[in-house]
Amino acid sequence: MGSSSASALQPETSRPLRPIYDDDVVKMFFTATVVWGIVGMLVGVIIALQLAWWPANLGLPWTSFGRLRPLHTNAVIFAFAGNVCFTGIYHSMQRLLKTRMWNDTLSRVHFWGWQAIIVAAAVTLPLGMTQSKEYAELIWPIDVAITVVWVVFAINFFGTIAIRKVEHLYVAIWFYMSFVITIAVLHIVNSLAIPATWTLSYPIYAGLTDALVQWWYGHNAVGFFLTTPFLGLMYYYLPRAADRPVYSYRLSIIHFWALVFLYIWAGPHHLLYSALPEWAQTLGMVFSIMLLAPSWGGMLNGLLTLRGAWDRVRTDPILKMMVVAVSFYGMSTFEGPMMSIRAVNGLAHYTNWVIGHVHSGALGWVGMISFAILYWLAPRLWNRELAHPKWVDTHFWLATIGIVLYTVAMWAAGLMEGLQWRALNEAGQLANPIFVDITTRLEPFLWIRVIGGGMYLVGAVMMGINFWQTIRGPRRPAEAAAQAA
Amino acid sequence: MSENETRHDTTPAGETPSGVSESAYGAWHRRVLEGRAGLFAVATAVAISIGGLVEIVPMFTATDMGVGEDMPITPYTPLEVAGRDLYVREGCYLCHSQMVRPMRSEVLRYGEWSRAWEYRYDRPFLLGSRRLGPDLHRIGGKYPDAWHYEHMRDPRSTSPGSIMPAYSWMLERTVDPEVVTKSLRALQKVGHPYVDVTEENVRGSMEAQGRRIVENLRSTGIESRWDTEIVAMIAYLQRLGSDGKAVLSGGSREE
Repeated sequence: MGSSSASALQPETSRPLRPIYDDDVVKMFFTATVVWGIVGMLVGVIIALQLAWWPANLGLPWTSFGRLRPLHTNAVIFAFAGNVCFTGIYHSMQRLLKTRMWNDTLSRVHFWGWQAIIVAAAVTLPLGMTQSKEYAELIWPIDVAITVVWVVFAINFFGTIAIRKVEHLYVAIWFYMSFVITIAVLHIVNSLAIPATWTLSYPIYAGLTDALVQWWYGHNAVGFFLTTPFLGLMYYYLPRAADRPVYSYRLSIIHFWALVFLYIWAGPHHLLYSALPEWAQTLGMVFSIMLLAPSWGGMLNGLLTLRGAWDRVRTDPILKMMVVAVSFYGMSTFEGPMMSIRAVNGLAHYTNWVIGHVHSGALGWVGMISFAILYWLAPRLWNRELAHPKWVDTHFWLATIGIVLYTVAMWAAGLMEGLQWRALNEAGQLANPIFVDITTRLEPFLWIRVIGGGMYLVGAVMMGINFWQTIRGPRRPAEAAAQAA
Repeated sequence: MSENETRHDTTPAGETPSGVSESAYGAWHRRVLEGRAGLFAVATAVAISIGGLVEIVPMFTATDMGVGEDMPITPYTPLEVAGRDLYVREGCYLCHSQMVRPMRSEVLRYGEWSRAWEYRYDRPFLLGSRRLGPDLHRIGGKYPDAWHYEHMRDPRSTSPGSIMPAYSWMLERTVDPEVVTKSLRALQKVGHPYVDVTEENVRGSMEAQGRRIVENLRSTGIESRWDTEIVAMIAYLQRLGSDGKAVLSGGSREE
């Protein structure tokens, strides 16, 4: 990270007209991604352990489940996934637009501002300072800071587009644009609150209106923080790693517009069977089902891009990770619409099935595509051979088996809970009248989840060590560098 | 669009998978949209705004949203506000929902299903998304104060097999009427009808309600103080869903 920006020039290269890209900021976001990713996943394994074995709450306020769970979600969403988005966006948009970022200072303000927000979150959440809205827990002064940093990012982002050297905007840029715009709208509208003290505030919305605004935000945080930027990354890195053109330009147009238009309606599926007006619930359900089409449009465009490169999927662990990632994207975007059907939701809501669904998307799609991009980027950014190429394959298998253990355990646990909560005996009474009896039956599944999540974490740690030793290793010879670029 | 042209758009030539050159500007949508970043951004902003506007705006403007302005729901007392903030601080909502669904099994297990108007003074909403423990919307009045005290001190003493963490620090820590006063003033600004919000009044209200709970606890041999967090928590839990329950069991059923 210490090298000057001039190193991005790479004077050894044989291409004379190569623009001078700012890759230092990419390296900074890269490093932050790996560090926060391991921290966030570690907290995830800890809270999984707390559910399987309650003494792991340690009897301390700041280590109890209710305070660490938001720390886990914020760390993996905003620190890990957020930083990997920024890594990929800063790297790919400069190349796609054939220009350096508009303003290097803004890039650094964005980087350090975002990391400061993460540190502030890591301090305040265990102290119990929270607004309670899922994935929007951070207290209002941090919300203000997020807004400022996001605006800085947006100015730099659109400034870079304005000075681009190519006229046409590639598909990836559309998805990045939807990320920048939509997250700003969602964050500001959902965070509107009246402060009582520096750490305490009350939302301007009450009751079910507050619930609807939150789940409009919450669902689209998944849609526009964990889906559209990653689809953009897929559209850049998958064709590059496979060395194949994107399958269909027309499909990417259709599924982009359909996705950004339909996604925003789906929030109320988090409130099915609640006291939310029924028309709003039904709209949420119907649009969730329609979302299947554009989601699979993205999956198919990704998978079909690999046509003619499938032989390499067998041997190239980066492509393997990408294929598994896109497949999990397809699977979880099939599962989501199914769970949004009212009758299915009646069984699935409130259960571990939802947790399993989220993690098939988070670990399978977001995590796997992130790992693939990081492995693809590291040798190119630092101009070094990967220290342990074979570890990548080990990481792939640890992560894949870990995800399968996690999701299968959560499906089983969720179905069991859902069915036992509603089971009635012949007399029409509850078959399991004591709630905790059902919870205790989940224990084996909760342990399998700890093992699956633990395997996923071990893989991420191996990746971290691999990168650490890569960066500290010898530089590549100039010839190889020129070819690999 | 010819096959050749399609390939030209999307070939990963060198650093850009698009590999688009100026000559590739054929299709209308490229000239109109994909080369004009400002217009593209505006179109995206419009596309992502429609759904939210259609779903959210009626919640503010329509009158038939079941908010029930005429329903006898009163705001939380100062001590209950303090307890509710503790419920938020400890993340109780991450394992306990506050929404009984209109299903036979839920009504049997928890009681009356939840109505929209019951949440009129819920800021933030605490419907929850997960039931690692049971729903709490009808917990008010279900158990004596002492049960809650023991349950928070050691969940397994009242619910054998529970996986809930103990919240023993709530037995010692105290709530601050000064902070609660600030909370009530903030809530006033968004329309909660509190009157005469001064620190003395808030403290007096909290002390009066807290002492009643302390008396209840003392009758079972538990010594506590009115300003402890556990007392505020008990006040909130005992209030939960009870306004709605009173209405729903009082003959003024909606249906």
